[in-house]
Amino acid sequence: MLSYIIRRLLGVIPVMLVVGIFVFSLLHLAPGDPAAIIAGDNATPENIAKIRQSLGLDRPLLEQFTSWGWATLRGDLGVSMFSNIPVTTLIQQRMGPTVSLAITTLIVAVSIAVTLGVLAAWKAGSLLDRAVMGLAVTGFSVPVFVVGYIMVYYIALQWRWLPVQGYKELSEGFWPWLRHLILPSFALGLAYVALIARITRASMLEVLAEDYIRTASAKGVATVPMLLRHALKNAAVPIITVIGIGIALLISGVVITESVFNIPGIGRLVVDAIARSDYPIIQGSMIVFAGVYVLINLAIDISYCFFDPRIRYS
Amino acid sequence: MDTAVPARRSGSAEFIRRHPTIVIGGLLLILITLAAIFAPWLARDPIAFEPINRLKPPGSEFWLGTDSLGRDIFARMVYGARISLIVGLSVAVIAITCGSVIGLLAGYFNRVDIVVMRLMDGIMAIPSILLAIALVALLGSSVTVVIIAISIPEVPRVTRLVRAVVLSVRDLPFVEAARSNGTRVGKLLRRHILPSTIAPLIVQATYICASAILTEAGLSFLGAGTPPEIPTWGNMIAGNRLYLQIAPWTIFAPGICLALVVLAVNLLGDGLRDRLDPRISRGM
Repeated sequence: MLSYIIRRLLGVIPVMLVVGIFVFSLLHLAPGDPAAIIAGDNATPENIAKIRQSLGLDRPLLEQFTSWGWATLRGDLGVSMFSNIPVTTLIQQRMGPTVSLAITTLIVAVSIAVTLGVLAAWKAGSLLDRAVMGLAVTGFSVPVFVVGYIMVYYIALQWRWLPVQGYKELSEGFWPWLRHLILPSFALGLAYVALIARITRASMLEVLAEDYIRTASAKGVATVPMLLRHALKNAAVPIITVIGIGIALLISGVVITESVFNIPGIGRLVVDAIARSDYPIIQGSMIVFAGVYVLINLAIDISYCFFDPRIRYS
Repeated sequence: MDTAVPARRSGSAEFIRRHPTIVIGGLLLILITLAAIFAPWLARDPIAFEPINRLKPPGSEFWLGTDSLGRDIFARMVYGARISLIVGLSVAVIAITCGSVIGLLAGYFNRVDIVVMRLMDGIMAIPSILLAIALVALLGSSVTVVIIAISIPEVPRVTRLVRAVVLSVRDLPFVEAARSNGTRVGKLLRRHILPSTIAPLIVQATYICASAILTEAGLSFLGAGTPPEIPTWGNMIAGNRLYLQIAPWTIFAPGICLALVVLAVNLLGDGLRDRLDPRISRGM
């Protein structure tokens, strides 16, 4: 088991190296002088020269990459071109809202999706099953900003149940914090619900056809314990895998959701950076989000050891 | 599976009954494609604005109302369909082509495999929307850049799919036979291995098309996609967001249209999957 964990940990290195090379080379793939791109349209030659020097763009490419790579590993993601604040500081300042949104969405989406998926598999072929599968296809097709605005229009503007937009820190109280996150996390969670409900249903259907389920129900195990303890636990691996893969979906959705609901998180930071061509921020957030994705999937891979002992030997 | 199906009755009614999603999705797509092609005959000028007609609600003169500059929402929506369909189709073609070539090589040559799959894992780790934002920020916004930017993150998914198929067929007797006959590698890949990938690739292409349409709209919405002066569904929603309370139709019309198109493509994909290859599931 230890060797499996070590092997998986080492597997992170090449992936993050590729991410690093990719993010680094993007700036050099673009036509023209990277310093001029960063400086923007109205830059003076002195400005461009200053940027070129500060980023070390006058040195050989490999040297640039290694020094950039070491700096990134130490947590130094460069300095914002617009505000001169280190990107790491900016991302830290904006982390709270993004993490809050991601966690509430995960909780909302996983609990709804697994419940729906289990019910659909249990009553396979029924009206409920078809409704869940219909919801799954629809959930995949409606973009976050469309669900978001429809919910804002009815729930926030017409019925005034919840705030239209914005964010409150958790330190300002649990209820204000949660109230501001309900609409965003449902809007963002919809696609995720669709993805997970589908897999839960498929995986449950497979398990429910197994002999031990028939044995369990023949022995007189009640329906709910049978579904949860005997079936869902054994159907867990594909579901958890998809939750991990879906993190990528969630991250892309976070960027858009924060724009719809005006949540001052990392996504807003990136979107504001587009308009100002603040490239270090875009670059830094790519590294951070890719790192989060890789680490979550690493954690999930390792968690398989506990769910399914067979996996560690393969 | 299909082997258990009794002798198939022919006829279109039977096809509709067995594959309702293909029919519904397909018809919806044909309708929207026709509307996009014949846009100049169907709708008025999508760019022309008359301040006197600002924020008119849907009615007989403007079917879906007008936006804050007095531009016809219906016209902009019909023209917006062009961009969505072009982007969806182009991304599907580019991603499938690049992904198949890479996947065939990776699946067949072990040495290529290790390097290429590490590369693909790396690209998959970067959130696709951020990658696209970065590319658009660097290269400037245009439809071409948007298409390339959305295609890149889709390539690894196709590569993985094709590679898996190649791995499963490359040692089967019919490939072995062709190889021992002295068939050259290029022809072997093209004539004997590639055909096995066609069915899953068709299904994958529809999913890529759907996700590309969504991503394009998302990028335009964020201001990192198609230039704002071109009418697209994402641009329309972004441009009218301040008027949600007083003129919700300016946002709902393009939003619902976007969702419908993506739904149609997804339904088509699900139907094709059930018909062509029941084993593959989405999201994997």
